[in-house]
Amino acid sequence: MIISIPKETQASEKRVAIAPDNIAAFAKLGYEVVIEQGAGENANLSNSAYEEAGARIVDDANTVWSQGDLVLKVTPPSIEEVGMIKEGATLVSFVYPARNEELLKKLGERKINLLAMDCVPRISRAQSMDALSSMANVAGYRAVVEASHVFGRFFTGQITAAGKVPPAKVLIIGAGVAGLAAIGAARNMGAIVRAFDTRPAVKEEVKSLGASFLELNFEEDGSGSGGYAKVMSKEFIEAEMKLFAEQAAEVDVIITTAMIPGKKSPVLITEEMVKSMKPGSVVVDLAAEGGGNCELTVSGEVTVAHGVTIIGYTDFPSRLPTQSSRLYGNNLVKLVQLLGNAEEFKINQEDEVVRGALVLDKGELSWPPPAVETSVAPKKMPEPKLEGEEVEKKSNPLLSGGFLLGLLAVGLLALGWKGSSEFLDQITVFVLACFVGYMVVWNVTPSLHTPLMSVTNAISGIILIGGMLFMAGANPWLAGVAIFVATINVAGGFLVTQRMLKMFRK
Amino acid sequence: MNEGLVTTSYLVSGIFFILSLGGLSKQENARRGNLYGILGMALAIFATFMSGKVSNFELLIPLMLGGAIIGAVMAKRVEMTSMPELVAILHSFVGLAAVLVGVASFLDTTHTSLAGTDKLIHEIEILLGVFIGGVTFTGSVVAFGKLRGSLSGKPILLPFRHFLNLGMVGASIYLGAQFLGQGHDAALITLLIIIAISLVLGVHLIVAIGGADMPVVVSMLNSYSGWAAAAAGFMLKNDLLIITGALVGSSGAILSYIMCNAMNRSLVNVIFGGFGTGSGGGGASSEIEGSITETSASEVAEELKDSAEVMIVPGYGMAVAQAQHVVKEITETLREKDVNVRFAIHPVAGRLPGHMNVLLAEANVPYDIVFEMDEVNDELPEVDILMVVGANDIVNPSALEEENSPIAGMPVIEAWKAKTVIALKRSMATGYSGVENPLYYKENCRMLFGDAKDSLGQVLSGLK
Repeated sequence: MIISIPKETQASEKRVAIAPDNIAAFAKLGYEVVIEQGAGENANLSNSAYEEAGARIVDDANTVWSQGDLVLKVTPPSIEEVGMIKEGATLVSFVYPARNEELLKKLGERKINLLAMDCVPRISRAQSMDALSSMANVAGYRAVVEASHVFGRFFTGQITAAGKVPPAKVLIIGAGVAGLAAIGAARNMGAIVRAFDTRPAVKEEVKSLGASFLELNFEEDGSGSGGYAKVMSKEFIEAEMKLFAEQAAEVDVIITTAMIPGKKSPVLITEEMVKSMKPGSVVVDLAAEGGGNCELTVSGEVTVAHGVTIIGYTDFPSRLPTQSSRLYGNNLVKLVQLLGNAEEFKINQEDEVVRGALVLDKGELSWPPPAVETSVAPKKMPEPKLEGEEVEKKSNPLLSGGFLLGLLAVGLLALGWKGSSEFLDQITVFVLACFVGYMVVWNVTPSLHTPLMSVTNAISGIILIGGMLFMAGANPWLAGVAIFVATINVAGGFLVTQRMLKMFRK
Repeated sequence: MNEGLVTTSYLVSGIFFILSLGGLSKQENARRGNLYGILGMALAIFATFMSGKVSNFELLIPLMLGGAIIGAVMAKRVEMTSMPELVAILHSFVGLAAVLVGVASFLDTTHTSLAGTDKLIHEIEILLGVFIGGVTFTGSVVAFGKLRGSLSGKPILLPFRHFLNLGMVGASIYLGAQFLGQGHDAALITLLIIIAISLVLGVHLIVAIGGADMPVVVSMLNSYSGWAAAAAGFMLKNDLLIITGALVGSSGAILSYIMCNAMNRSLVNVIFGGFGTGSGGGGASSEIEGSITETSASEVAEELKDSAEVMIVPGYGMAVAQAQHVVKEITETLREKDVNVRFAIHPVAGRLPGHMNVLLAEANVPYDIVFEMDEVNDELPEVDILMVVGANDIVNPSALEEENSPIAGMPVIEAWKAKTVIALKRSMATGYSGVENPLYYKENCRMLFGDAKDSLGQVLSGLK
């Protein structure tokens, strides 16, 4: 089977579906990879790199499209490209089926199997093929870079001979994948970062990245399905807006990431708030494609309003093309692995990941898929155990450890009741020796436990003295064997201990 | 040498033995400790020779020389990975010697002068000595077989095994009571039957215990061999034997206790319960979400080069693959590049207490970069790359996260807290406990499949 990688044709799209690193993975599955001449050029991935990795370079788009049994792409195909695709082939790309009805119809006519990377269910098992997340990660990072590029100051604080540099304050709204990536990037540049999200569950993640988490005194959980937040109540939104208004006057950079799938993005930053921001501040609107979280955002453009730069790019991932292509390629590899190797290629609708992503099944519309259970509820922490239980558990092995000893002692003591004083002397020695042993052995460092065992092994060979005393008796052979094996013990134990201890060095 | 001098010599050698164990508290004076042990033993043997109670030198000396030579050869030849086997077989020798000394003591007619309670005590001492000796002997032989791999490491569970054990102990007690009242010849037969029962019991007890519980079993047998020596000491009215036996016995008991704690199981549970059959009910743990991510040796090498803090967690798999030397070379290469490489050792990693430390020491890993679990658990979030080499249960997060897991409550090395985890494994098979390991499904975990030695060899060549 042939996998085709056409060059992206949409203007300003710099990504390519796979990176040279991915070709080996496809070859392992038995696929042959054909790639259009210059497909990776804009992502700094050269033809020769692909060729070295084992791909075949083809000069014209038509050949690439018409050869592929499986076509891997980033953006949805153009109507023109649909004309070139082989009938019955499988196409994997971003599709956005809700806005591309016309395209689906055209692809349907050619009996195409269409898998949409943007429809991969957001469940744990499919994380490795979740291209929305991997692209959001890139976007979050790039948002910070874009902001710092137009921002007139350092992000980090410094004290220099030329004076004190205050750190930039960054507010990040929405702590999804993009938001968290932005927090990480901004923190790494040294900024003071605050984040807000309607889902209290992300608080810990935000904090672990070193940002502070802004909270409202308001009880409402915004966790929705599929990794998105749900729409909140009116009261909540009012409280939220008040918080943003306060923050806007204080912070230097605002990065908004609030998108609701298939709907217009909510307006969170009003013109009033922009006005209140310091001149030179920056707003980066990652939701620009859906209309923007900022009232003044112009989709795809950078504008300046009231002295504030508002960045409304819609192609953040494409602005880091090498990285995004690599990540997207990895996502594709995982998805293709799910479809099987070249001989057993099958669109298995039993698999909920495949079913979720499948938009066209041999040209038939199969979208939207039936609802599946998504998003895992945060795991409940095991309840702390009661103190009493703990203690009981701890003392248990101790009891059984000393059990044998105790039994022995009690048994012998009971005998000693009527025994001679000589016997009682022996018991005294025994018990004292047990305690000395107990004290001494606890001090042994755990790393020397093996030498401890071998040395105790050696000294327990002392039993050979018992054998020696019976050599004069009626059964010298019985005693002799005892002496023989016990000597093995003594010599072997001490020597091996010596050998081991020699190895321990600083 | 008069009696008094012999007794004093015994006292001094007893002190030497205590100093010997005390010396092991630190690496610096451990070798001196071993020397004390040798001195003590030499003194004890010398004093016994001179005591005038020993004859038959023409037989005794060749036997001792032979034993010493065999012991020396064994000690010289043994691979450090086979230390557990050596220790186990040495235990069996003590057990065997205890049985033989017990029988010899019974057959020795010089004690017939004893009467009344003293005779009774002496006979009970013989019984205890041979019984513990017998269990130690065959138990250690079975443990040896399991560790060597000539016996299956899987627990062999006979039906009604608890009753069988109880029955055997009960029968021995009954026969023991008979023994006390019998005449010399009848008593000899009874004694031999008791020995036979103790030998069977030793086998039966240890075949029921699985491979990874061996640290506990070996230390328990260590303890038994000590008690056997102590019983012989009572029998012979020899204080040195009593002291030594008690020292060894309590040392083994403490080791067993430490090992049990490290698995959050009681000694009774380890000895009598095959895993999961005992308490806890072995509830099914919840399904693991997520998928595993594979990595390659060259990628691992790159990541290692770029990191500042590396932690290596070795397990029994490292011993099996004989990978300790490659591990050491990787450690050295990375340390030359100013990467801080350290080791984290779980108390029950391997098949013997302290097994991993010895293996690493053998490979010339300096002991000051080898740490215990408790020393490093808090520092793990600072670690850039944590490599798990052939370990499984000891890094399993379900021990802490899942209440129903069979290993719940077991202290583990919290590997998942490190920034990146690289797990070297042959396959996705579960560890000894049979519990799935969610660590491998965590987002920060990468799997490097294959034989640990081969994989690490590739990593090493990638580093160079």
